[in-house]
Amino acid sequence: MKKHNLICINCPMGCHLEITETENGGWLVEGNQCARGTAYAIKELTSPTRVLSTTVKINNGALNRLPVRTNIAIPKEQIFEAMKIINKVVVDAPIKRGDIIVRNILETGADVIASRSMLR
Amino acid sequence: MQEYDIVVIGGGPAGLAAAIEAKKNSAENILILERDRELGGILQQCIHNGFGLHVFSEELTGPEYAERFIDELLAMQIEYKLNTMVLTITEDKIIHAVNETDGYMTIKAKAIILAMGCRERSRGAITIPGTRPSGIFTAGAAQRYINMEGYMVGQKVVILGSGDIGLIMARRMTLEGANVLAVVEVLPFSGGLTRNIVQCLDDFNIPLYLSHTIINVKGNHRLEGVTIAKVDTNRKPIPGTEIDYECDTLLLSVGLIPENELTKTAGASIDPRTNGPVVNESMETSMKGIFACGNVVHVHDLVDFVTEESQRAGKSAAKYIQNQLIEDGACFMTCAKEGISYIVPQKVRVDNIQTNLELFMRVRNVYKNAKLVIKADDEIIKEISKKHLAPGEMEHIVLPLKKLVGKSFEYLTIEVKEEEV
Repeated sequence: MKKHNLICINCPMGCHLEITETENGGWLVEGNQCARGTAYAIKELTSPTRVLSTTVKINNGALNRLPVRTNIAIPKEQIFEAMKIINKVVVDAPIKRGDIIVRNILETGADVIASRSMLR
Repeated sequence: MQEYDIVVIGGGPAGLAAAIEAKKNSAENILILERDRELGGILQQCIHNGFGLHVFSEELTGPEYAERFIDELLAMQIEYKLNTMVLTITEDKIIHAVNETDGYMTIKAKAIILAMGCRERSRGAITIPGTRPSGIFTAGAAQRYINMEGYMVGQKVVILGSGDIGLIMARRMTLEGANVLAVVEVLPFSGGLTRNIVQCLDDFNIPLYLSHTIINVKGNHRLEGVTIAKVDTNRKPIPGTEIDYECDTLLLSVGLIPENELTKTAGASIDPRTNGPVVNESMETSMKGIFACGNVVHVHDLVDFVTEESQRAGKSAAKYIQNQLIEDGACFMTCAKEGISYIVPQKVRVDNIQTNLELFMRVRNVYKNAKLVIKADDEIIKEISKKHLAPGEMEHIVLPLKKLVGKSFEYLTIEVKEEEV
């Protein structure tokens, strides 16, 4: 049986997880304090994803940059490719929190959304 | 002179939550004074996600978390002044402040809530040797440049200190195309949350050098490089362990200091362990009617706990102006013993606790399989087993009121006991 050690990153608790691959191809997760730990461990070992947060250029806004994030986690290996697309985006104020800035980025099913409102 | 029931100093997460909660508890006539150009405080530059898990059961970015409270504040029509610098607070609760529209003003308050937050420890405070070129920033200053102002601070980066802001900035700079060469930490463990080490360093293969420090800074105009070395148990550099890095940027994430200049002018006592005011169960300082909450009291690692603490301060301030805070009755002090660096609150008046007493503390070291032992004088009233304790992760203990009533004791002590194997 193969064992893996991970630290859960779902929340700031940072549970120390011990994952055992069972003989029938399943996973036994220990050390988590909530159900999300189990889900995270299996996902992290099979197809890791992350929420990407960054900024885009905004014209006529109260600030020079508008903070944005993906509304759901995207595959970890696509983060730098996603950055290339987001870095080309320029928006105009006013913007409302939740406005879609890039729809379905890299066909991941995730939208890049504004993470704050910004007036002119 | 203007008069208000409650004046809140600072419009960051602590001030927003305190003002809203005070209003919910029937306080009217509340004013927030904020020195920045908008409300929200440092959350506005913390564009990463992970905020709000405890309060909203959601993972929000800093600006999203702030906006929820700002929206609520605006809907409640709580008054605030931006770009306003408070100069001094007197012991009789008169606030002297200045801004461009009102000029110099004095404001009389029945209660004051201090919510000024904290600031970053800078290069001068830690005496790094070497030259003084440009390219050396505190991590939070760099975060503001990149995330709000739109300036990239550099391309080849070394980060000193593994506090959360340093770790977050390692990822942020990497995403923006910079090459983060190393994170260097003088202690044998990181001061940041474990999850940030995983998703900010491990995800991008950024090396973390524990028990290392910077022993030289090179460059005349712009930073050209730094030398790091391993340190011994007395934090002295060990000859022969030097590594040279060519870099144009050095970020410092070497601790946060509660910002208490105003607290001192108001006459409130400071706890040398937290660098923040001594507070009681109601988040009231040693000065009657002056409350404090958030990072000005002690540096938190989660904004969620700042919010909860500030709600307690806001509610207490509302009670105070309605003469509902109980000043006498059973009372005890908290006392940090073996393995604990501080406890907040420092003083507890039992009659003001409704159901639970919440205690916040930090441990001094990394412990595995230890327990927190809570005693009322010499009697053990609770033991909590912990698989993992670290100074970077604030501990939070909830004591039900029934554990505290019906006995008379002077000190509530907390210590760490390592369990025998």
